[in-house]
Amino acid sequence: MIHNKEVIPAQPAPKGTIGPIAWLRGNLFNGPINSLFTLLGLYVLYLLVVPTIQWAFIDADWVGTSREDCSRVGACWVFVNARFNQFMYGLYPSSEYWRANIVFGMFAAIIAWMVIPRLPFKRWVAVFALLAFPVIAYVLLHGGYFDLPRVSTHRWGGLMLTLLLATVGMVGALPIGIVLALGRRSNMPIVKSFCVIFIEFWRGVPLITILFMASVMLPLFLPTGMGVDRLVRALIGLTLFQSAYMAEVIRGGLQAIPKGQEEAAAALGMTYWKRMGLIVMPQALKMMIPGIVNTFISLFKDTTLVMIIGLFDLLGIVQAALSDSRWLGFSLEGYVFAAFVFWIFCFSMSRYSQYLERKLNTGHKR
Amino acid sequence: MSVRPNIRPAGHKPPFWRDRAKRALIFQLILVAVVAAFLIYIIGNTQDNLNARGITTGFGFLNNTAGFGIGQTLIEYTSRSSYGRTFIIGLLNTLLVGGLGVLAASIIGFIVGIARLSPNWLIAKLANAYIETFRNIPLLLQIFFWYFAVLRTLPSARDSMAFGEVIFLNVRGLFLPEPLFESGFGLIPATLIAAIIASIALVIWNRRRHEATGKRLPAGWISLALIIGLPMLVLVATGVPITWDVPELRGFNFRGGITIIPEFLALWLALSIYTASFIAEIVRSGIQAIPHGQTEAAQALSLPRKLVLRLVVIPQAMRVIIPPLTSQYLNLIKNSSLATAIGYPDLVSVFAGTTLNQTGQAIEVIAMTMAVYLIISLLVSMFMNWFNARVALVER
Repeated sequence: MIHNKEVIPAQPAPKGTIGPIAWLRGNLFNGPINSLFTLLGLYVLYLLVVPTIQWAFIDADWVGTSREDCSRVGACWVFVNARFNQFMYGLYPSSEYWRANIVFGMFAAIIAWMVIPRLPFKRWVAVFALLAFPVIAYVLLHGGYFDLPRVSTHRWGGLMLTLLLATVGMVGALPIGIVLALGRRSNMPIVKSFCVIFIEFWRGVPLITILFMASVMLPLFLPTGMGVDRLVRALIGLTLFQSAYMAEVIRGGLQAIPKGQEEAAAALGMTYWKRMGLIVMPQALKMMIPGIVNTFISLFKDTTLVMIIGLFDLLGIVQAALSDSRWLGFSLEGYVFAAFVFWIFCFSMSRYSQYLERKLNTGHKR
Repeated sequence: MSVRPNIRPAGHKPPFWRDRAKRALIFQLILVAVVAAFLIYIIGNTQDNLNARGITTGFGFLNNTAGFGIGQTLIEYTSRSSYGRTFIIGLLNTLLVGGLGVLAASIIGFIVGIARLSPNWLIAKLANAYIETFRNIPLLLQIFFWYFAVLRTLPSARDSMAFGEVIFLNVRGLFLPEPLFESGFGLIPATLIAAIIASIALVIWNRRRHEATGKRLPAGWISLALIIGLPMLVLVATGVPITWDVPELRGFNFRGGITIIPEFLALWLALSIYTASFIAEIVRSGIQAIPHGQTEAAQALSLPRKLVLRLVVIPQAMRVIIPPLTSQYLNLIKNSSLATAIGYPDLVSVFAGTTLNQTGQAIEVIAMTMAVYLIISLLVSMFMNWFNARVALVER
């Protein structure tokens, strides 16, 4: 056997395999076709980014009160600035903004508490969020109690309404979705077919026809003379729509649990609800969270449709502001602002969902 | 194995609420009763309300004269046509924007999805930026952006943007030259059909020959040459029997040619770009779902790189891609109902909008509209089930 007692010292990596130039060569310019693509990509980037920065920042006007303060060369953020409160609160009376702010703050605190993994008492915060928070939010926003002046729902709007529609639709849809998903997996033929028809019906039609139905047909279904608030009608439509999608996400989560789990629970003599509530659901719910977040993102984007039935959510109020004769011709600024707000919300939620997927995936990787 | 002794005396039956079958039956009867009671309550209320408002139910209104104009009609329509005709017009417009949207979204989506996996860092990042931008902005906002912020701010007809003096773009839409077919043109579609049949036959023959002898012709290229080349040849041989009706500026607007209304353009652009971002993600995850061992095994069989893709990766990736892809197509068709927000005359806008407002027949109109979308969904999910059954991996 030949061996060498001397340890050969570690050699540096060959020249041309490390450093920025090697990286460039490896990732951008390996081969003529790739180089061509890189140059093309750079050109596209140049065409898109330079005019955008020029328009949105360099030539833009930020301060002022009226359209005369805008040079019209770049973006006129004065418009967004002047309308900012409306975009956030709709037509909510400005003296009562503090009420909406408290609700916003509580909402943000609850979300932060649930999202940051280190914080304790998650269960109690969730119970508070589901039981106490809606009551507090309603009392604060709607008023009429404790000397708070009433603010009727047709004055609610802006981002506040968007968040409200999305959260209420979501929270309302979750229990209905769980029941529907369990029903769809049931052995009872009538229950199963009822759930299948219900789910497929709401999933098969566009949200806008559901909203039309909620705004045109719901008043027909109720006893004569009984009116329903427009916001409530939209919420009913959104919740039913969302519950069908939620049911499918939950069904997917339930299917991922091996059948042995339920059978083992049944062998221990547990009843159906105990099997579901203590064994299957807690495991399935964990797997469902990314899917639930994803449906929430689409619901959040879909809330913009309520403007078609006359509610002023963020997009609705921007659209209304654009037709103001004092601010004609700033549609680009309005849409870019609304798109930015929606994008921030949706992008951070989708990032969170990806993070959860990675975090929850560890145990099941094959 | 010991047998559990029977504790209960023979003939003793458990009470009915402990019997699973009976309990299920009772539970389901209660459910049926509740649903029926709910429906009766709703129907009763609806009848009262309709009587109070003096609306007669029924589909007779479909024969009445509509009396309103529609901006884009694929078949003949005048304001003297019936409400039933508006339904057909709306449906056709929905299918038009849906079909073209599916086509464009697929093309953009596949390109971006593959670009997302490109070894070129910049291209992959650009594709990623595209996906993350358009996926996270509500579709309605994108439609508004294209319609109000882009197409509505285009120059007027007099200062239209011209592309080669035959295509014009202005605030009233996109004006394209229209091909007018002269006599003798019928030969060209006939040649095209013949070429397609010939290529299918060639592909089948080539596969059989490949399986029998191991030799193969580049059937794909030959078919492409047949399908494109033959009709071209006939076109030239017959002396190009096509004249173009080029749009011309007369007065304040263009006459002649094909007019594509800005509502259609905005809806089509927004739908395609939005849905493409989802399709790109589906394509990417479909390709990434193929285990690397598959590619390695194919290379170990010394298949050339092109065949590795065509025979191993793509068929397996398609199995993963197609189910979510069809549901995206379905979403696109359902989302085309947002047309009503910018006034593109689709089914919801024309029928569930104008017709409903004019006639007040809310129940019939909404039911018909929903039925259309439900039928499309059912057809697509039937196709999905058939496809899944066909391509599902048979395991154990």
